[in-house]
Amino acid sequence: MNRPGHAPASRLKDGTGPGSPEAAALDATWSDPPGLLGWLAAVNHKSIARRFIVTTFCFFVAGGLLAVVMRLQLARPGSKLVGPDLYNQLFTMHGSTMMFLFAVPVMQAVAVYLVPLMLGTRSIAFPRLNAFAYWIFLFGGLMLYVVFVLGAGPDAGWFSYVPLAGPDYSPGKREDFWAQMITFTELSALLEAIVVITTVFKLRAPGMTLNRIPLFVWAMLVTAFMVLFAMPSVMLASTMLIMDRLVGSHFFNPAEGGDVVLWQHLFWFFGHPEVYLIFLPGLGFLSAMIPTFARRPIFGYTAMVLSLIATAFLAFGLWVHHMFAVNLPELGKSFFTAASMLIAIPSAVQIFCWLATLWGGKLDFKTPLLFVLGFFFILVLGGMTGIMLASVPLDLQVHDSYFVVAHLHYVLIGGAVFPLFGAFYYWYPKITGRLMSERLGRWNFWLFFIGFNVAFFPMHLLGLKGMPRRVYTYQAGLGWDAMNMVATIGALTIAMSVLLFIVNAARSLRHGAPAGANPWGAGTLEWATESPPPPCNFHAIPVVHGRDPLWEHPRPEAEGAQPAFTHVSGLAADTRELLATTVLDARPDLRLNFPDPTIWPFVSAVAVTALFIGSVFTPWAVVWGSIPIAIALTAWFWPDRAETSVHLSLERKP
Amino acid sequence: MMEALHDVLAPFGPQAAHVRELWLLTLAVCTVVFAAVLAALLFALLRAPRANAQSPPGLSDLGRPEPGKRRSVIAAVAASTLLLLALIAASIFTDRALARLSTEGALRLEVTAHQWWWEVRYVEPNVADSFITANEIHVPTGRPVIVTLKADDVIHSFWVPSLAGKKDLLPGRTTTMNFRADRDGVYRGQCAEFCGSQHALMAFFVVADPPERYAAWAAAQRRTASEPTESQPMRGREIFMRSSCAMCHAIDGTTAQAVRGPNLTHVASRGTLAAGALANTPEDLKRWIADPQQIKPGTYMPATRLAPEEMDALVGYLQTLR
Ligand code: HEM
Ligand SMILES: [Cu+2]
Repeated sequence: MNRPGHAPASRLKDGTGPGSPEAAALDATWSDPPGLLGWLAAVNHKSIARRFIVTTFCFFVAGGLLAVVMRLQLARPGSKLVGPDLYNQLFTMHGSTMMFLFAVPVMQAVAVYLVPLMLGTRSIAFPRLNAFAYWIFLFGGLMLYVVFVLGAGPDAGWFSYVPLAGPDYSPGKREDFWAQMITFTELSALLEAIVVITTVFKLRAPGMTLNRIPLFVWAMLVTAFMVLFAMPSVMLASTMLIMDRLVGSHFFNPAEGGDVVLWQHLFWFFGHPEVYLIFLPGLGFLSAMIPTFARRPIFGYTAMVLSLIATAFLAFGLWVHHMFAVNLPELGKSFFTAASMLIAIPSAVQIFCWLATLWGGKLDFKTPLLFVLGFFFILVLGGMTGIMLASVPLDLQVHDSYFVVAHLHYVLIGGAVFPLFGAFYYWYPKITGRLMSERLGRWNFWLFFIGFNVAFFPMHLLGLKGMPRRVYTYQAGLGWDAMNMVATIGALTIAMSVLLFIVNAARSLRHGAPAGANPWGAGTLEWATESPPPPCNFHAIPVVHGRDPLWEHPRPEAEGAQPAFTHVSGLAADTRELLATTVLDARPDLRLNFPDPTIWPFVSAVAVTALFIGSVFTPWAVVWGSIPIAIALTAWFWPDRAETSVHLSLERKP
Repeated sequence: MMEALHDVLAPFGPQAAHVRELWLLTLAVCTVVFAAVLAALLFALLRAPRANAQSPPGLSDLGRPEPGKRRSVIAAVAASTLLLLALIAASIFTDRALARLSTEGALRLEVTAHQWWWEVRYVEPNVADSFITANEIHVPTGRPVIVTLKADDVIHSFWVPSLAGKKDLLPGRTTTMNFRADRDGVYRGQCAEFCGSQHALMAFFVVADPPERYAAWAAAQRRTASEPTESQPMRGREIFMRSSCAMCHAIDGTTAQAVRGPNLTHVASRGTLAAGALANTPEDLKRWIADPQQIKPGTYMPATRLAPEEMDALVGYLQTLR
């Protein structure tokens, strides 16, 4: 897109504070175009991230509502609230929503917002790809919910074991929509992973060497690499599934030489790392919040980074612990038991390092810190039950029982949702410019914490008392009634606390206290710029000299709005110019020109969605549907004369 | 309904007992670790001075290597590693102990899971002695049982918490498990792997009897169905044979030989109907036959519309199948 009045040989440079003509030019350059069309064409990472975060949160609320209905159904034995058909859709949609549409994407969404700010750069890498990834995620998720509302929600579980999910036992289109939605959201995750990896490696502020990267960014980098290895496995599996269903291949049909266990290997090779894709960003949130509220740098930075990487490696070595009941050879079982238990060690390293940080700190008891403490209680308990599940003999008893439901929620909610809520409170001012109410925040936390334990702790006992999971009903007199009732009350309490959070977030948008650049007195770069940040993130690119740049320099409050950093200047202010640095030691390397907003990523996403929806009904959709995609992609990448001339005129050494 | 035990922590056989020991050990270790971590956290919270956003960050720490903390963290990690290694060893030993359990003179069963009921074949060395039942397994106490597991349609999982851990039943593959019931009693089991619409109502019972009582039961099960002698059951038998019942069920000694539903040769001797969904009473049996979808929506058994006296006759006949 070419902006009129755009002089190719521009000489307007950045580097002065807000209010200057250069800053105004920068703001104009990096803003998204106005109007509806401009909204669809947006590529600024903050616009995309805000939408992305809101979308994933809506899916979280939807998934939570489904869970509440499930819990109401299970509150009493023999309840007639929902029948088996609806219940099976409910837990399938709940699991799929939470895992595919909420937990991993929300982490990526937050990363899209924060990573460039933490790295001190003006944009994320591949901004158009980033926009495209958001749109396909949105369309994939909507597709699933549209068919659910139309009464054709998938009902074979979020794990969709074959042959139950295959053509013979799930006729109709339900599982086809599920399989295509998986491919969609995982494609989005893959693209976001590429965006994050490139940003981290090439766009860091000068001086931010590898061992000065904030731990949250490390966590997202490691997560992104895990996505690259895990997602293709499930995309392959779901593509084989749709082929079995659509063109009559027999990958999973034992009667024709297929194998039902193959699905489980492919699914869990993705599915276990998936849990860590949710957990590692959670650890990243904690490593960002704990130092701020303990008012000291993190203890054991290097150990933290190494244990993140170790977790990522080990996470790929233990998918089989989801399949102990499938009948495996003896020796293999011992290996996977050991691997599953030993993955607790890197997590233990992290926990002890945080304890050491808190131990040596001065504490500022704000709501985010409360959620951090909630994390400690819940996650450590979930970790303990995880160790139990890693043992083959114990697992054979409690596998697929409510014990596992308790364990997985302790780990996912303790390990990801509590840190995430803390993170919402922590970074809300950086997104909106205002603080959330502390008083409501405390209510939110305590209701969540108590409700959570009331809802999920009894499930351990239910599992030990023989209650299997994924049951829409149970009979009276089995000794399960009271605990199920308690669990339902807990679930309703959680729902209330989430409602309170929504109220708090909505109210604070208008009525929250103005935050200023650095309300918590934190040390990382995202707090160096205004809240909310200007479209270009930083009017002057900071130069980094340590791990906590804001703590090592005179505090910004003391010096007025702009921190007294050394900074880089001299980048063009009236075209999207960016500084790339070297991978290891972040020395200035290249000046890059970034693409302008364009509608084509949106159009391409629509075209891809059309192909996928068509392919639920006929294989021919793959043929005809690729034509609009080809057209849209061609338009997306078509060179633009005006843009090219700007790029050429700026091409020179830094 | 049958009173039955189903509790991982109340074992009645050697497998479940081994697992319970391992469970107690693991629980003890985990509780201690959990308490230690929380205590450390609590101490940190209590002793740390309070601060606010304006407090200067403790930057001087950055230069100092903090050797004391470092030693504590290393010690804590080392201790966790040792405890984990101990638990791994305990787990592997338990696993070996389970595998070594003697199966001499074992009773052999073949269980086939269907959506949503269980077929049980007693495999005797002498083929003529083999017989089939459904949803209820009788075993002699003190004698090991080897179960061969098969699935007819989708994946199911066989689980009797009080006796042993679970094992999946996979289409296209055969798996086996073994257990032994050391005390007589009724143990509840159920499908543990999600298997479609009625996964929730796919229970079964393991009835452990002293060997003599078991032998008597097995002898009774081997007999083909007795011919009804009274007029009402005779009429019921005729209704069974001419209505859709005979298209899915078998009654040994009659022309009904279908295998799509449970074998009914001795249906009246069983405690429950429809894989634990109902008690086996004449009233419930009538309700079931009249409209199975009401009780187990999605089940593959269609409703059978009969006049009341025909229904009475049919149920009267089924009651004779002891
Ligand atoms: C908001 C509070 C939540 C409640 C009350 C809740 C409740 C439930 C219930 C009742 C089930 C069904 C268990 C069964 O029948 O086997 C379930 C399953 C599940 N939940 Fe949640 N849940 C909540 C939040 C979450 C979150 C935040 C996540 C993930 C980040 C999550 C992930 C899952 C998964 C993966 C399953 C398994 C689904 C399956 O068996 O296919 N849940 N949850
Ligand atoms: Cu089943």
